[in-house]
Amino acid sequence: MTTSLSRLENRDEFIHRHIGPSEQQISEMLAVLGLTTLEQLIAKIVPADLLLENDIQVGEATQQHLALAELKKIAEGNQYYKSFIGMGYYDTLMPDVIRRNLLENPGWYTAYTPYQPEVSQGRLEALLNFQQVTMDLTGLPVASASLLDEATAAAEAMAMAWRVSPNKNARRFFISRDIHPQVLDVIKTRAETLGCDIVVGDIDPDAVDMTFFGALLPVTGSSGELYALDAVIDAFKKHRIVTCVCADPMALVLLKSPGEMGADIVFGSAQRFGVPMGYGGPHAAFFACREEHKRAMPGRIIGLSRDAAGRPALRMAMQTREQHIRREKANSNICTSQVLLAVIAGMYAVYHGPKGLMRIASRIHRLTDILAMGLRQAGFSILNRHWFDTLTIKVANKADILRRAQDYRINVRSDIPDCVGISLDETTTREDILTIWSVLVGQKHGFDVEALDDQVMQAPATLDETLRRVEPILVHPVFHRYRSETEMMRYLRRLEQKDLALNQAMIPLGSCTMKLNAAAEMIPITWPEFSRLHPFCPIEQAQGYQQLLEQLSRWLLAISGYDAICMQPNSGAQGEYAGLLTIRRYQHSLQQQQRHICLIPASAHGTNPASAHMAGMTVVVVDCDEHGNIDIADLEDKAAQAAESLSCIMVTYPSTHGVYEDGIRRVCQIVHQYGGQVYLDGANLNAQVGISSPGYIGADVSHFNLHKTFSIPHGGGGPGMGPIGVKAHLADFVPGHCVVHAQGRITHQGAVSAAPFGSASILPISWMYIRMMGTQGLKKATQVAILNANYIARKLNDIFPVLYHGAEGYVAHECILDIRPLKARCGISEMDVAKRLIDYGFHAPTMSFPVAGTLMVEPTESESKEELDRFISAMRAIYAEAQCVAGGDWPENDNPLLNAPHIQEELTEKWTHPYSREQAVFPGKNKTGVKYWPAVKRLDDVYGDRHLFCGCLPVEPSL
Amino acid sequence: MSNIPTELKYTTTHEWLKDEGNGLYRVGITEHAQSLLGDMVFIDLPECQRRYGENEECATAESVKAASDIYSPLSGEVVEVNTRLEDAPELINHSPYDEGWIFVIKASESLQFDDFLSPQEYQTLIAD
Repeated sequence: MTTSLSRLENRDEFIHRHIGPSEQQISEMLAVLGLTTLEQLIAKIVPADLLLENDIQVGEATQQHLALAELKKIAEGNQYYKSFIGMGYYDTLMPDVIRRNLLENPGWYTAYTPYQPEVSQGRLEALLNFQQVTMDLTGLPVASASLLDEATAAAEAMAMAWRVSPNKNARRFFISRDIHPQVLDVIKTRAETLGCDIVVGDIDPDAVDMTFFGALLPVTGSSGELYALDAVIDAFKKHRIVTCVCADPMALVLLKSPGEMGADIVFGSAQRFGVPMGYGGPHAAFFACREEHKRAMPGRIIGLSRDAAGRPALRMAMQTREQHIRREKANSNICTSQVLLAVIAGMYAVYHGPKGLMRIASRIHRLTDILAMGLRQAGFSILNRHWFDTLTIKVANKADILRRAQDYRINVRSDIPDCVGISLDETTTREDILTIWSVLVGQKHGFDVEALDDQVMQAPATLDETLRRVEPILVHPVFHRYRSETEMMRYLRRLEQKDLALNQAMIPLGSCTMKLNAAAEMIPITWPEFSRLHPFCPIEQAQGYQQLLEQLSRWLLAISGYDAICMQPNSGAQGEYAGLLTIRRYQHSLQQQQRHICLIPASAHGTNPASAHMAGMTVVVVDCDEHGNIDIADLEDKAAQAAESLSCIMVTYPSTHGVYEDGIRRVCQIVHQYGGQVYLDGANLNAQVGISSPGYIGADVSHFNLHKTFSIPHGGGGPGMGPIGVKAHLADFVPGHCVVHAQGRITHQGAVSAAPFGSASILPISWMYIRMMGTQGLKKATQVAILNANYIARKLNDIFPVLYHGAEGYVAHECILDIRPLKARCGISEMDVAKRLIDYGFHAPTMSFPVAGTLMVEPTESESKEELDRFISAMRAIYAEAQCVAGGDWPENDNPLLNAPHIQEELTEKWTHPYSREQAVFPGKNKTGVKYWPAVKRLDDVYGDRHLFCGCLPVEPSL
Repeated sequence: MSNIPTELKYTTTHEWLKDEGNGLYRVGITEHAQSLLGDMVFIDLPECQRRYGENEECATAESVKAASDIYSPLSGEVVEVNTRLEDAPELINHSPYDEGWIFVIKASESLQFDDFLSPQEYQTLIAD
């Protein structure tokens, strides 16, 4: 016997499951590059002075089942107390048909943001449902496809009010006292850099004058009080105030819509529509506005357009508002939003329909009425005059009550002086009401739910006529068709089938890192130990989460070379904003308020300038040289010009051009020399893990896209997570939280997100990834990602020239293929190549970023050589087709590239093209026997933007 | 070759101006500019009766893939805007120098029309 037991135990099994190419294939690909080892490859590509001398220490690799067992033990450190805390987070029942067929289904969670609408019609329709739900509940005509959370939505609403306000010199923003504290916290942070003053007060028609540009009012207050805002909004309008209204979506099922009350902007959290609390997230915020303000909206809006054949087709509309086009002039820096969660919330409404939602909301309200009646009979004073599901109760013996609550294993809201708050939700039972009475009144309360229900029914309704909804909701057919589980299951399947996700083919999107999201990584997110915790529960109950955060932070520090981590930012762009705020606060602490200039290379992601603008900085663009690298001379000039005003540089490494620039250390030196800080954008951290690190390179702060580098799936456009790592001198300045305090883990600074640890419930995914890969696996993943990119570059360079490469002719983990020479020759554009790839069964690479007229390919380490070869063959075949156009075989205005993608209907339609039907729909040698069919032909973008329509069609396009 | 009418003046930011007499100037964007931007989907017009400074951003032209700021070529008060563009932004594509005009501005001081780029100079600019 020659094999040892420890070999047979196969502890690094997962490394070989995660990394696509086998050892044999790795050797073959290296041979194509004229090399023999991965180390050799890295030595040729990464500047020697950036290579780590020692391995990062994150432990040995572990098998999947053992990692799961270990994480289960950690999860068991969380104690489940039933939550009645409220404050924007409520327990909910996710329908199992949605859990199994959507949340736990890679067809949904591994898809990318729908930039390629032809392969995204399923989730676009699902998002349209979410927008329609938003429009119906808010009573406003334009809705977006989600923001990151309720608090960031509030900050976005304020910034939007600022943009659209006719009171051009007004700098004050009024906020009702009765909003959630974390929402106020995030707004205050944003107000500081927006340059406006926050005035907190009682809701009163005389609260504002023309020195205010906007106001934030609740329909459903944090205390549970309900407000009929008609008169106040009317009074505010006389001063031309833009009114933003926050509201609970479940309450809105029963309540008059804020739009009808006159609100201009309405937002809130859609969490309780079927998405677990998850210790703070991820959840989708909804956001709606009036027609005249639609161009000032932040975030993605799905709109109806038509395809090349004139059929209805969906797409992301009005993208010129967004950071990837408008950069520092964008409405917001938001990029990744919360698509998967918005889709779930929309489907929750589809499954229950208006009647189901009405029943759920009415039951919650009835239980609250019963609870309130009992408490009043027991002599308690309830501070609310009106309520939906939340009561603020004055108590004499608060300490005793809180102690009894602990004995009964329930959590109540405790931050209001001399009061406790109780919020009920969809999961609340009769027994829970008895428990609450026991806690507040005492065990011998003697109340009977049935008897009190009779009394409630005979008493006058607690929902005032002025507050009650009269307009119907969810009248569109989609909210009436899928009542049975069979129908719902098939609807989800039908939509899924329209989309191209990682479970069908490689998604070679450059800068997006579409690596494997392994099943074992996904399993823990639905464990109740992780999913049922309220973010504001006592920290002793969240010991499992605290342990998870501690371990994950330690690993991320080892990987990044930083000294401290802040887990709060719930997207990459949010991480950028958080990191820049950290720099700003640090510089202000040194009395360097004048430092406001942020240098950004021309090649940067649009989020960089948009985030800098949000952080109150002035963007100065640094040129790139002919090789795509930062022009060091230009950087020196601009840094010298900025001098005392220089705040920082934002730089991505390896560069967005897919190159390890030699000059990066020099870049850091120059900026430091002028007293600036270095923000190293972590978008490409996946090309550094284990071989270099931002801290080692010399940066001061970075965000980590856990949804790229550390395996959290993209969810079709979110959730993401963008925690930031900082050097020690910045550690005290990272975002904190006003509700949750954890010694050593949360600072006292203002917050950037609603929840203290961002979207905590998806952190187990990254924990699992790192735990299973271990030190060796992570390093190898980086090496193979680089190998795969170089293999593709080498195999396609002769026909699609690779635009930028390093000194030795290699690229980093992605490569830019130049389509412009082809376009000059025969009119075939990057768009034509991208759409034709769909016919070959591929998702397109990134189009025209960072260079117009190019395609950027990032294969990641998870793709095997077979899949890379399939992609290479497709690209070569497409090139051959383009040659036919160049040679005159096919006209420039009628060829398979220009007409791509081709859809199923074309199999039977009259055929008039100069190429064969077979060539159109079955190009290449697809041996799998399965053909991906896009649901629509190429989108008409212009039509969609000229005729914005962002709700459901009265008759569904899918039927 | 881009159409550059000889009776107009131009700016380096691709606006054209037409002298309407009495200190009034009609402003639009050039054919070259509209061809770079592509199919227009929305024009954010200047505010009528509002004063703008020289080179101040006063309007935005949006296509599907790009948004371009339009600058006031001179300081003055906008006295008329082309409201037809609200429903038909494509006029800028089809008729940049005629039906696709954007606004008329009344110069706040007398102006040397010759200070702007001549058609030849603009031609040289866009040839680079």
